[in-house]
Amino acid sequence: MSVVMTPSQVATAVDASAPVLVVRDLQKSFGGVRAVDGVSFSVEAGTMLALIGPNGAGKTTCFNMLNGQLKPDKGEVVLAGRPITGIKPRAVWRMGVGRTFQITATFTSMTVRENIQMALISHAGEIFSPFGRARDKYREAADALLGQVGMESQADRACGVLAYGDLKRVELAVALANQPKLLLMDEPTAGMAPRERIELMALTAEIAAAKGIAVLFTEHDMDVVFTHSDSVIVLDRGRLIAHGTAEQVRHDPNVRAVYLGSGATSGGH
Amino acid sequence: MFDLILTQTLNGLASASSLFLVASGLSIIFGVTRIVNFAHGSLYMLGAYIAWTLVSRFGPADALGFWGGVVLAALLVGMIGVVIEVLILRRIYQAPELFQLLATFGVVLMLQDLTLATWGAEDKLGPRAPGFKSFVILFGNRFPTYELFLIAVGPLVLLVLWLLFQKTRWGTLVRAATQDREMVGALGVNQRLLFTSVFFFGAMLAGLGGALQLPREAVNLHMDLAMISEAFVVVVVGGLGSVTGAYLAAILIGILHAFGILIFPKITLVLVFLVMAVVLVVKPYGLMGKAPVGHARGHGPAEPLLLPADNLTKLAGLIGLAVLALAPLVAPDHILLTLTELVIFALFAASLHFMMGPGGMASFGHAAYFGLGAYGAALAVKWLGAPMEPALLFAPFLAGIAGVVFGWFCVRLSGVYLAMLTLAFAQIAWATAFQWVEVTGGDNGILGVWPSSWAASKFAFYYLALIICAASILALRLTIFSPLGYALRAARDNPLRSEAIGIDVMRIQWIAFIVAAFAAGIAGALFAFFKGSVFPTYMAIPRSVDALLMVLLGGVQTVSGPIVGAFAFAGLSEQLMKATMYWRFVLGFSIVLLVIAFPRGLVGASLLGLERWRGRPEAAAKPVLATEAGR
Repeated sequence: MSVVMTPSQVATAVDASAPVLVVRDLQKSFGGVRAVDGVSFSVEAGTMLALIGPNGAGKTTCFNMLNGQLKPDKGEVVLAGRPITGIKPRAVWRMGVGRTFQITATFTSMTVRENIQMALISHAGEIFSPFGRARDKYREAADALLGQVGMESQADRACGVLAYGDLKRVELAVALANQPKLLLMDEPTAGMAPRERIELMALTAEIAAAKGIAVLFTEHDMDVVFTHSDSVIVLDRGRLIAHGTAEQVRHDPNVRAVYLGSGATSGGH
Repeated sequence: MFDLILTQTLNGLASASSLFLVASGLSIIFGVTRIVNFAHGSLYMLGAYIAWTLVSRFGPADALGFWGGVVLAALLVGMIGVVIEVLILRRIYQAPELFQLLATFGVVLMLQDLTLATWGAEDKLGPRAPGFKSFVILFGNRFPTYELFLIAVGPLVLLVLWLLFQKTRWGTLVRAATQDREMVGALGVNQRLLFTSVFFFGAMLAGLGGALQLPREAVNLHMDLAMISEAFVVVVVGGLGSVTGAYLAAILIGILHAFGILIFPKITLVLVFLVMAVVLVVKPYGLMGKAPVGHARGHGPAEPLLLPADNLTKLAGLIGLAVLALAPLVAPDHILLTLTELVIFALFAASLHFMMGPGGMASFGHAAYFGLGAYGAALAVKWLGAPMEPALLFAPFLAGIAGVVFGWFCVRLSGVYLAMLTLAFAQIAWATAFQWVEVTGGDNGILGVWPSSWAASKFAFYYLALIICAASILALRLTIFSPLGYALRAARDNPLRSEAIGIDVMRIQWIAFIVAAFAAGIAGALFAFFKGSVFPTYMAIPRSVDALLMVLLGGVQTVSGPIVGAFAFAGLSEQLMKATMYWRFVLGFSIVLLVIAFPRGLVGASLLGLERWRGRPEAAAKPVLATEAGR
């Protein structure tokens, strides 16, 4: 279970069974506007935590502070007991964080398999090697990852010609290449058909549970949130206004107010 | 001392004005059309020539004749800009930015020969401006009033531009288009008219800058490239698209020149470089520039799939190599010389392709590394008395070290910014070779760089060059398919994703830059021993453009393209030079036609044709994504 904690609770929470990701009192301002204001939460291994909120709530800012794209003004991000606050994206990755992007980010001049191989080569620390053929490296491992996301039959196709849903699967496989402890997924189902969304998130949940990966994702689609999250945190104007299971959050009066009575189940906006 | 400082400051400010006029025009045109107009220096030169003719005709002593001539010249240059825009640029707004740059360079070549044909090779001395013949005494120094007038022109034009941009509808549209071109189009603004008018305006500013130089310096045929490289520096330092930034930078560079000549006469250009370097480290997008929104690194069209050579391609490569290896048995001497040169240029092109294709970094100054390789060899021979073998070994390292230093700055930028910076660095290398007469011999170059006796025959040297170049090209090719090459391509395809899987994008690109510089250095060193001499022209802009043409002619997204391109281009240009005195015009014209007709290069275009012919629907429908392989 992922829970939201006050800073004092967090202090006592660091022990052997500590959560994979602990975020304490995260804060970021842009020109006087507090985009994220004192946000604390944690994610445990094998669970899925959804980060939701209306537009401008600070989801993306919060996300970018976790993946290294933004430096927080204040607060701390701890991954498996080690602080990763303010380090660069590539260093965050080396610490064991995989991520997918809202707009899929793949290498279009490479095949599907080569995309995975690239991540595996980097994971092995071989990106500066001018020797050997990259196509021959970690082929089996790449195919195994593609098998997990159901893309092995398209391994030799160019990433540039894939259907969008398939591209999302490739990205998921790329994100899994460094055997991450934590998976950060920014709007993982954006731009997908409803059935594809459910399939992708079911697949993610399955992999996360099997490998003990903690998953944090932002999401607009409330069906996805309520079906696939173990718990939900809600941001509004930079502050954390609710936490709990999907059911608890759904009935939270604060959350209902934020979503303007439009009904938290109707698919956000 | 004080009056010296004052005089030099005023000198600097005066020369800053023309620089500002040209740079602001360049900046405005870029802002709206996203085209970096290489021909802007040529428009400046035309402004000076046309003004010279008009003023001479109208009567230079008459104030109306002089000023009328200057203004009319500026307007005429504006019209020439319109002709260029309508005939050429309008057709290539959708082309990759590199092809646009190249097309405008084609215009540079054409205008160079047109100017030569119209006005002849001799410098034209301009008249003094009527009404500005006297001197003012400032702190005991005589200071020409025309200089004072020029100093006032800068802020005056800045003010006019500001009013134009803030107070007129046209100016608002220009600002809007600079921020978001698509949005302006979506709002129903006539983009064609806007682009053409902006081009007229920018060209007119350049023409005015040239015309106003008339009383200051003799009009000559080298004004175009001298001005464009300085204008690039100003625009990069000031921030692309910012007129105020261009003004500040022009003043900075102008004053730096004025004092540099006084204090370090030999290294004025190096000083400019240092300032530019400092500015770019502190503010990567220039003093007043903003990071480009929405077209950050990697946000280009999807890159095509790159596959290793299939057996047919390998066979073709082997046959080609065999033909080259056996050629000396039948080829006469002069063909052998041509082949030696072609083989060296193939390596030069392949080295540029390495950073441009897989690396995604277009260099407009790759000749710097070719030239440094050549100078490295020549200097080792001349000053260290080295024989050919160690000189050949040493030379690429000089180029490589330059790659380390220049590359460090360049990889911090991307796209046209990077291209301009590489050009500026190349100009610095060129100026060093040109100005540092004691060491480099200046314009006279270094003679007597001959191969060792065993390699002295045309026959032996050809094989030496063939073996070294073929091995180097093969090494580059293997690197492209190695993990390093893949990481490089990853960084180009999607920098965001690359960083998210632990790839240090800047470092990978830096390494590629150094490798490319080193390989170009090998080609340059061979070229020095091939010719027996080195000259600053080895590093000049035209040679950099030669390399670009070879790569683009072959197709930047194919690994074999640059080799095909090198042979095609070098063969073509040699025939041209033999055939006509105005080969520049023909070459420039061909470049423009080529860019309009084959924006994907020769190998790219033929591959596309092949796929269509084979009738593969997916490939034909999505040529960008699937057809071009590593053949």
